[in-house]
Amino acid sequence: MTPVQYLRCLLGIVVREGLRFTHQRERFISSLVRPLLWLVIFAAGFRNVLGVSMIEPYDTYVLYEVFITPGLIAMIQLFNGMQSSLSMVYDREMGSMRTLLISPFPRWWLLFSKLLAGVAVSVVQVYVFLIVSYLLLDISMPPMGYVYLLPALFLTGLMLGAMGLVLSSFIKQLENFAGVMNFVIFPLFFTSTALYPLWRMKDANPWLADICAVNPFTHAVELIRFALYERLNVEALAVVVGTFLVLMAAAVWGYDPSIGFLQRKGDA
Amino acid sequence: MTGTAALAISGLSYAYGTRTVLKDVGLTVPQGGFAVLLGPNGAGKTTLFSLITQLFAFRKGSIFIHGVDVSKHPLAALGLIGVVFQQPTLDLDLTIDQNLKYHAALHGMPGKVAKDRIAQALERVDLTAERATVVRKLSGGQRRRVEIGRALIHNPRFLLLDEPTVGLDIASRKSILTHVRALCRDTGLGVLWATHLLDEVEGDDHLIVLDKGEVKAAGSVDQVILASGTQNLGAAFSSLVGS
Repeated sequence: MTPVQYLRCLLGIVVREGLRFTHQRERFISSLVRPLLWLVIFAAGFRNVLGVSMIEPYDTYVLYEVFITPGLIAMIQLFNGMQSSLSMVYDREMGSMRTLLISPFPRWWLLFSKLLAGVAVSVVQVYVFLIVSYLLLDISMPPMGYVYLLPALFLTGLMLGAMGLVLSSFIKQLENFAGVMNFVIFPLFFTSTALYPLWRMKDANPWLADICAVNPFTHAVELIRFALYERLNVEALAVVVGTFLVLMAAAVWGYDPSIGFLQRKGDA
Repeated sequence: MTGTAALAISGLSYAYGTRTVLKDVGLTVPQGGFAVLLGPNGAGKTTLFSLITQLFAFRKGSIFIHGVDVSKHPLAALGLIGVVFQQPTLDLDLTIDQNLKYHAALHGMPGKVAKDRIAQALERVDLTAERATVVRKLSGGQRRRVEIGRALIHNPRFLLLDEPTVGLDIASRKSILTHVRALCRDTGLGVLWATHLLDEVEGDDHLIVLDKGEVKAAGSVDQVILASGTQNLGAAFSSLVGS
């Protein structure tokens, strides 16, 4: 197989994911409504309770809704990653996973393509969310921030999507997926800097702040936050890329026919 | 033998944990031959297909497709085969055309080639007029025909079909079987057709009887009947699988 053929395969998987997404209007609407609800209801209620002092990357004091916007962007990608993982489990149960896995491309490439397709969908969701939050709530970032955001979104999307892939390789049935919501999405989100800055966590509870500091989701949020303000957070970048590589390796392992889930469960 | 046969399996064993599902399986499908893998439900047919297509990895035995060792060159081997799984694998919300384009992309095919091959495949399975139809709106028989067409887009040399007529009415079953036999005859494609239905076997087929993970008999239909010491295929099958 030549590099061009690899790209054709990738493109085919991205197009299919895009087509599926356009058929799932509810998924798109809920991906938009969820963060907007947080912005409108949660942030409005808490803006007077939770003052945010001047912290990097902000040059000045910011409104609470501006502070939580990067966290909500990461939340969109987190939900999208889990949604993709859910669709992998669904594909496996419905059989369409086999079509993908019998393609004559290496499995790591097929999984990476699937991942990238999910990220592309999440990037569209994020920009639509940013447009709507600007139009409805006047939340804006520096103009170039929207451009720097794009590569950051690809990296954070890859990390969160790989997390979903790993989960999908270990989840046996669709019904077990509800547990993922309780034991993955919520803990990741609430023990991160999505809703409160780290110093506030430290004031409230030092060990919670420690968890928050090592949570990869925190670093995804910070990479996005800094990118929106035209800055690069090197530490966050290193953690996001490192976590992605580890999770991707775990996902490839999980989908390896000789050791992974297909073999263990006698189910493909 | 491994160099010339469409499929050559020898000494293949496989277990899910401690439960053995295939025991020392050996079989051959000649190039351009139509072979029927006949066995009751639970005989190990689907597991065998999963091993040939590398969805599962095996540690004991060997599988060659047109001389290509599946365990050493899995991707090259996958490029040679077309597969129709027992379980439907089409994306129901996409059109026939979109489903087929996805398959072409999964084989790295350029757009123009994919377009021509899809047109050919649809013509072959007589679904050209429905190409823009969403799969959900098609009948069970039509969906199966799409899957057969799809399996042929990348010009495989060997076609695997795992109980492709399950759940179809008699007319659709007959039409699909006739179609695949014609393909085999006209294009020289090797075919392995797995089924538990005796009436899908014809006199000049190469027959392999699989039961409880073991090959009980293999050869021409007449050879299998003769070896079982019975008068017809029904009796031969009953005596071989002990039912």
